[in-house]
Amino acid sequence: MHQPPTLKAVFRRTLLAFALAPALLWQPAAAQTALDDVLAKKTITIAIPTDSAPYGFVGTDLVPQGLDVEMAQLIAAKLGVKVELVPVTSANRVPYLQTKKADLVISTLGKNPDREKVIDFTIAYSPFFQAIFGPKTLVVKTPADLAGKTVGVTRGAMEDQEVGKIAPPGVDIKRFEDMNGTVSAYAAGQVQLMGVGASVAGNFMAKNPQVSTEFKLLLKDSPNFIGVAKGEDKLRLKVNDIILDAKKSGELNKLALKWLGRPLGDLPS
Amino acid sequence: MIAFDFAAVLADWPLLARGVGATLALTAVSASVGVALGVGCAWARLHGTPWLKAVVGAYVELIRNTPFIVQLFFLFFGLPGIGVRLTPEWASVLAMVVNLGAYAAEIVRAGIKTTPRGQIEAARSLALTELQVFTRVVLPPALKRVWPALVSQIVIVMLGSAVCGQISTPELSYAANLIQSRNFRAFESFIVATAVYLALAIALRRLLNWAGPRFVFGR
Repeated sequence: MHQPPTLKAVFRRTLLAFALAPALLWQPAAAQTALDDVLAKKTITIAIPTDSAPYGFVGTDLVPQGLDVEMAQLIAAKLGVKVELVPVTSANRVPYLQTKKADLVISTLGKNPDREKVIDFTIAYSPFFQAIFGPKTLVVKTPADLAGKTVGVTRGAMEDQEVGKIAPPGVDIKRFEDMNGTVSAYAAGQVQLMGVGASVAGNFMAKNPQVSTEFKLLLKDSPNFIGVAKGEDKLRLKVNDIILDAKKSGELNKLALKWLGRPLGDLPS
Repeated sequence: MIAFDFAAVLADWPLLARGVGATLALTAVSASVGVALGVGCAWARLHGTPWLKAVVGAYVELIRNTPFIVQLFFLFFGLPGIGVRLTPEWASVLAMVVNLGAYAAEIVRAGIKTTPRGQIEAARSLALTELQVFTRVVLPPALKRVWPALVSQIVIVMLGSAVCGQISTPELSYAANLIQSRNFRAFESFIVATAVYLALAIALRRLLNWAGPRFVFGR
């Protein structure tokens, strides 16, 4: 009769699999080839959001649209290549870049020191800020007022870290996988407050006037940057040139007016 | 060559430990309540009134033919629509109990149906009540027959608890995902989580295989 493998055998095989995994993942160190690859393939793969209107969302026709989507199309057009859009969430957009599943990440990506350790950034291309939103009946004037309340945030998003910085002890922070989860939890009353980007909140308030929602606390002003894999300077500088040109020609301002309803303003470079 | 940094992940061990604790707690509660629910449903499907049979049958089919994550989202995001608000932890436990209950019902029912006719007739001829026949004569050997399948189902439910992090239940996958979102060490975070899940699953299977004959159905 066939004997089931012993515990020891299972462990040994698993350990072996773990030991071999790095070897399978080993790749020759790639030296700044992203731009050349893109031009050779005539296609650029760009990670975009589909859960943060008006930057990236899908309409009833399921086609991604929004500021980030048009930005991706603009960059591809200026490079003279086709664009392939891949939808990502806040939590997985950096890994997409690290694992080269995307050449660029244009996904309401803010710049912070932790992220700068693992990926590189171009200059900023659009304005953004994050804040805490909540019902009008709840008094939240200072971070201390958050004590004893539940705040929903999107795991791995800027709000997650910023709330952690200002939150006094006793704040119950609930983390969700993507913006939809965070907003749904707020809409369902599962959390009292939500820390999200202004655009997400604005979009939510416009569509759900029956849910009492207002601005409570500013978390951070953080313009959006385009993420590039670490060390891909050739691609990064090329995209920087495209952004600068689009700024000068007024194309970026047009995008901001179209999707955000306000001019581009001063962006850090 | 990619450089690995497991220290960056293991430095967050309190988070991982809390995650393991939550996963174990979810599993312990849902396994005990879920199996009890399964036994009850198995009995109802075999011996209940036609009305009860239909209700339990509908429950079992509904749960076994829909994805676990949809059931979980319905409990957490859907129920507030009719005024029922569950915390992430309660929604997770409830989803796991309801899920395991349906699968366990079918597994236990299979065990009960293979009981030899003569065994039940012998018990009845000894003047045992119907309840005594079920709990003393039919159920223990039935559980013994299906125990391996039941143990597998419990392990599956434990592994399935990984999606409970989606509604912010701080279980093991949630911890791994949180660590990964802080330090971007995805490979290390998830391989640590994988190793912990593997160890938990093997330990759970051995524990149940040991405990079954001693505490549940006798040798």
